[in-house]
Amino acid sequence: MANVDLDCAGLSCPVPIVRISRAMKEMSSGDTLTVTASDPSFQADVEAWVRKMGHQLESFSEADGTQTAVVRHA
Amino acid sequence: MSDELSHPTTAELEALVNAAVEKRVGAAFAELEKTVADLKSSVESVREACPDDRTTIVAFSGDMDRLFAALTIASGSAAMGMDVSMFFTFWGLSALKVRTTYSGKSVGQKMAAMMLPGGPASVPTSRMNMSGMGPVFFKMLMKQKNVQSLPEMMDMVQELGVRLVACEMSMGVMGISREELIPGIDYGGVATYLGDAARSKVTLFI
Repeated sequence: MANVDLDCAGLSCPVPIVRISRAMKEMSSGDTLTVTASDPSFQADVEAWVRKMGHQLESFSEADGTQTAVVRHA
Repeated sequence: MSDELSHPTTAELEALVNAAVEKRVGAAFAELEKTVADLKSSVESVREACPDDRTTIVAFSGDMDRLFAALTIASGSAAMGMDVSMFFTFWGLSALKVRTTYSGKSVGQKMAAMMLPGGPASVPTSRMNMSGMGPVFFKMLMKQKNVQSLPEMMDMVQELGVRLVACEMSMGVMGISREELIPGIDYGGVATYLGDAARSKVTLFI
């Protein structure tokens, strides 16, 4: 049950999702990925991504323009 | 003597019962096997009729903005775990170009080679092109917003394993040879596109 951090701040669509997808491929069931991003479509995209891929969005928060999503590998 | 005939032994009775049971079970089993086979073939035909988790995009336009949209959807689809095919035809072939050659081309094809973009870095915008000023302006805006450039997007879709197919018919018309395009891509015609599109959940013409 490892956690991996992924910084996608400043990156635009579709790069954050592509990076998340790449990172999650290296991870195993139960691991979490903590992603920080500033892309305005990030919340909608990460939600759609986990739904499609069957993973879980553990939490999503936003502070000072930085969004943080914690995704758990199914 | 007649008693012996009307009273079979226990062993004989057991044999009779077993034979009857075996016959019934055998028939039921054969019925079941047939049902399973029927179900299997039904499932197989349903599976064949169901589209794959695939996105197929026809990249017809050679405009920066439209190619950008096509490549964004392609990379997004790959990131969503989908198989992706991009079929580049007519103006869209510009996105696949890595060099321009002139030898062996007709006069018309040489003119086309001269006038067409040399690759994804030099394509025009569909609007506000302003004789090539538009793309410079948009590239500047995209860089400011940290949006990837078209050549970077082309690299990314290749890394993601997107299938790139060049339309041989339009290559023939424009006199574009394989050595002018990204190495290692696929080549095909309308059936190649339709083969992928027919089993796709998402198909787009951009």
